Amino acid sequence: MSRRLVVDPIACTGHGLCAELFPEGVELDPWGYPLLAAEVPDGHLGHARRAASACPALALRLVRAERVAAASAETAGAPRRG
Amino acid sequence: MIPRLTLGVAERGRVDHAAHETLHGPLGETRHRGRGLLEELERAGLRGRGGAGFPTAAKLAAVRAGKGARSLVVNAAEGEPMSAKDAFLLESAPHLVLDGALLAAEVAGASTLLVAVPEDARAAARSLAAALAERPDTQEIETALVPARFIAGEESALLRYLGGGPLRPRLTPPWPAERGLGGKPTLVQNPETLAQLALVARHGASWFRAVGPDVRPGSTLVTVSGAVRRPGVYEIDPRTEVPVVLGLAGGTLEPTRAVLIGGYFGAWLDGAAALGARLDPAALAPLGAALGAGVLVVLGESACPVAELSRAVWWLAGESAGQCGPCVHGLAAIADALVALAEGRADAAAAERIAAWTSLVERRGACRHPDGVARHVRSGLRVFATELEDHRLHGPCAACSAPPVLAAPVPEAALA
Repeated sequence: MSRRLVVDPIACTGHGLCAELFPEGVELDPWGYPLLAAEVPDGHLGHARRAASACPALALRLVRAERVAAASAETAGAPRRG
Repeated sequence: MIPRLTLGVAERGRVDHAAHETLHGPLGETRHRGRGLLEELERAGLRGRGGAGFPTAAKLAAVRAGKGARSLVVNAAEGEPMSAKDAFLLESAPHLVLDGALLAAEVAGASTLLVAVPEDARAAARSLAAALAERPDTQEIETALVPARFIAGEESALLRYLGGGPLRPRLTPPWPAERGLGGKPTLVQNPETLAQLALVARHGASWFRAVGPDVRPGSTLVTVSGAVRRPGVYEIDPRTEVPVVLGLAGGTLEPTRAVLIGGYFGAWLDGAAALGARLDPAALAPLGAALGAGVLVVLGESACPVAELSRAVWWLAGESAGQCGPCVHGLAAIADALVALAEGRADAAAAERIAAWTSLVERRGACRHPDGVARHVRSGLRVFATELEDHRLHGPCAACSAPPVLAAPVPEAALA
């Protein structure tokens, strides 16, 4: 079952621990916030899990990839303003 | 001009309840209601007119399928600085909006009805209050004044505010149709959407679809401003060519440099491209634009596009709800870099850097604010590349200090 990391952008405060613990799957943008790889390879699941549980803001989660696909299909399209 | 929503408005100014019943027929005699109306709306293909274009029937069905004390919120909190259509509708044809709200609440099983009006829309609030007093069937409908902020138009932020919380978006899903006011399913609809719904209920889907393209059926309200003789709100068929729409607004005052289509979350089109376009989605999509909430701003040759772009983006950056890092810091960086470019203080790679940042902020907020801003910036970089480079090399031009075309209110911080 393929997995990926998702971040709650409201909770995330840019500590950057995730990028230190799992550099293969997390990159930081110029402002210190995580850019997440599309998928976590099976061999890296341990690192990904560690990164998620170490997040001081509890903003990072490891989820099944297809759940994310379903959620982002719903949010696709123009900015939602009523 | 297609007088559907605006039927009788040109003659009367404001259509009161008596005139409304004469023009459109009494609400009690409406042909389609309840489940029948839901089916008719599906056939009509009505989509939300707040900017996102979500199918109205799907939203209604979702709330209808929900349980508990459901609510309907009429979202008149436009936020979009260049749109005036929802205020116009409440001022001119409030009873269509109220009919739509009552009919939609019936379909959705909503027992609480709330109209959210921005606190600076005084004429709209006055007309709404008068309309509620003109008819006996709206005692359930309450009015809430909300801050006149851009983010107030965002559904989840509006609902949090109405529920006593901060005016800030929350993470979705769950969507408001699943969990909204009081944690119960809530239908949030734009006033124009509800007014169109009231017409579909009376005249049916075939009548509705006789105007507009198949992907966005029905007439649409547009707010036309900038270098035109008669800025204002007009009801059009989206298949209409842009020059014809500008003709309704009295025509342009000078040669057109560019047109902002869709508002602050929209896209700039080069003058020639815009004047050759129609407003339906099929014609706008290849140009990277969408009608959104129906905004057209004409930028004449005498205006400075760099000043307009940097001012608008700087304002938008300040309108971030301040929750998500990429939005807060990314938009500020983009805005600062654009202002530096406009003032001739940027290096040769500045435009490229801004373009890279717009891609970096996209889809990284809880709401779509950064995405809307990214669209605006990207189109500006593309259409105004020559002027941007000219400002980078030579600093502000003569037109930079001209009065703004995009009426971005200047936040207090900028006055210091």
